[in-house]
Amino acid sequence: MSDVRLVGLKKRFGDNAIVKGVDLEVQAGEFLVMVGPSGCGKTTLLRIIAGLETADEGEVYLGGQRVNELPPRERDVGMVFQSYALYPHMTVRENLAFGLTLRKLPRADIDARVAEAARMLELDALLDRKPKALSGGQRQRVAMGRVIVRRPRLFLFDEPLSNLDTALRVQMRGELSRLHRQLGVTMLYVTHDQVEAMTLATRVAVFNQGLLQQLGPPMELYLRPTNTFVAQFLGSPSMNLLTARRDGAHFRGAGFTLDAVGEASGEVKLGLRPQDLRVADEGPLRGEVLAVERLGFDGYAFLQTAAGPLAARFEGSSVEVGQTVAVRPLGDVLHVFSADGARALRHP
Amino acid sequence: MTRLRLFALNALLTLLCVATLYPVLWVVKLALSPTQTLSLSANPLPEAVTLDHFRAVLGSSDAQGRWLFGRQLLSSLVVSGATTLVGMSLAVTAAYALSRFRFPGKDSGLQLLLVTQMFPATLMLVPLYSLLQTLGLLDSLGGLVLVYATSSLPFCVWMLKGYFDTLPRELEEAALMDGASRWQVFVKIVLPLARPALAVTALFSFMQAWNEFILAATLLNDAARFTLPVALQRYVGEYKTEWGHFAAGALLISAPVMALFFALQRYLIGGLTAGAVKG
Repeated sequence: MSDVRLVGLKKRFGDNAIVKGVDLEVQAGEFLVMVGPSGCGKTTLLRIIAGLETADEGEVYLGGQRVNELPPRERDVGMVFQSYALYPHMTVRENLAFGLTLRKLPRADIDARVAEAARMLELDALLDRKPKALSGGQRQRVAMGRVIVRRPRLFLFDEPLSNLDTALRVQMRGELSRLHRQLGVTMLYVTHDQVEAMTLATRVAVFNQGLLQQLGPPMELYLRPTNTFVAQFLGSPSMNLLTARRDGAHFRGAGFTLDAVGEASGEVKLGLRPQDLRVADEGPLRGEVLAVERLGFDGYAFLQTAAGPLAARFEGSSVEVGQTVAVRPLGDVLHVFSADGARALRHP
Repeated sequence: MTRLRLFALNALLTLLCVATLYPVLWVVKLALSPTQTLSLSANPLPEAVTLDHFRAVLGSSDAQGRWLFGRQLLSSLVVSGATTLVGMSLAVTAAYALSRFRFPGKDSGLQLLLVTQMFPATLMLVPLYSLLQTLGLLDSLGGLVLVYATSSLPFCVWMLKGYFDTLPRELEEAALMDGASRWQVFVKIVLPLARPALAVTALFSFMQAWNEFILAATLLNDAARFTLPVALQRYVGEYKTEWGHFAAGALLISAPVMALFFALQRYLIGGLTAGAVKG
């Protein structure tokens, strides 16, 4: 059953087209992460689903019902904001209970639900504090609790972890995953952080310039990106792209020759993930080391080759800045894209 | 060097304090002295102390035996209170709409509000008079409230709009998502957060009405309905001026405003810096 369905959504602000026609279906119980660079329209999409913006064109269905004209409170949707947006003049308890009080639930029900959410998020001891007396992580949890107590059918998250430090972010990612399993509700999550997309999502939707680029499980997007944008957006360091031309059994580019694979002919873009490349004594690619990122035993070397910049993994500590080194691919690792990068022609 | 600067600074501030307080002390002296005349001595301390002037002002009554001061105090309170109430309820809603909604005529409307502030109040005297006459509201406190509330509206709207602009929109959106209607957002989120600005604006509105003289003197006829500043002016006559009564009355009139200032001090400071720094 589809829980959220977007049909031909378009939105412009003045002369800026932000969303340029998006179709998307989210299944009930899914954790869908919408990811893309800033300005790609992902937050606008989320706000249209929430009812905080209206679409210029297209339709929004929630649970099969067309909701274009419904105000937010009639959509049964909860949202966690990037800035948390806790009500500063209310205690944590009042913040959590606010939505329930508005719905005029019996006092006892409200207390029970607040207590349940507080237990789930370990907020018990903080219920009588004001938001300004909370740490970032605690505020984040209150913001989530405020949605949880209302038990909406759909949770929306707008970059909820972007204001937290790294350690807290890792912890909150874990809690979000747990929450999703525990509640079993549909969650839509907007982020520009590909790590959050890869770790949290059951499916990832990659957006760029107001258009959906690809939709699928995280590993599928990583292994079989549909174009060079998705290929470079997911994975760190991002995929190397080299321009080359098919010449019989070879791809020839500036200063390198690789064995050809697949059916592609003419000019193509070759995609090579840094993880699939090794700095070695011998290899088809050569370049000068511009920078080294050492992660311990291994790391990444960033080279300048005749065909452009290239990142490759190395092991040991033999690589120094300024050296000229060779790079070799580990087996069949070549992604092939059309010359304009818009289509994938071949995956390993 | 720093010691010298500190000394100079203190000297300057002391001088400013004296310059500010000296006239006030003079008024106190006038109010407490037994005479009705302006003494020309520079000494700000009274030679003899009496509360006669206060007694006379407080106990003043007219030919029919109506207790004038009591009635005038009441009409001042009613007019100022009602002005604040009417003015604030209009200003708060207008300011919110101007801060948050987009509608045709919004920008020009805001500018028009500013333009009305550029004309001196006396310029409006004649048109206001004839308007109130047409409405049958001359010599009535209701008419005065109407005039005060509308004339302080532009300032109040701008002041409040400026504050509303600083409140994060996400708070209101969160409340909308929580199930609030626009009105509930306004009452439960926006107004409580705007308390400092509301306090400052209400105080301004109240003081404006409390101290206003020209309009009140023109629009009111019955001495029993006078607001206090008009009553005060009656002590300054064509042939003789009762300076002692005048000074005592002035002190009595400023007492409530001072009390309000002290009561709202906390908000005032918050309100004046509000918007400068978020948080």
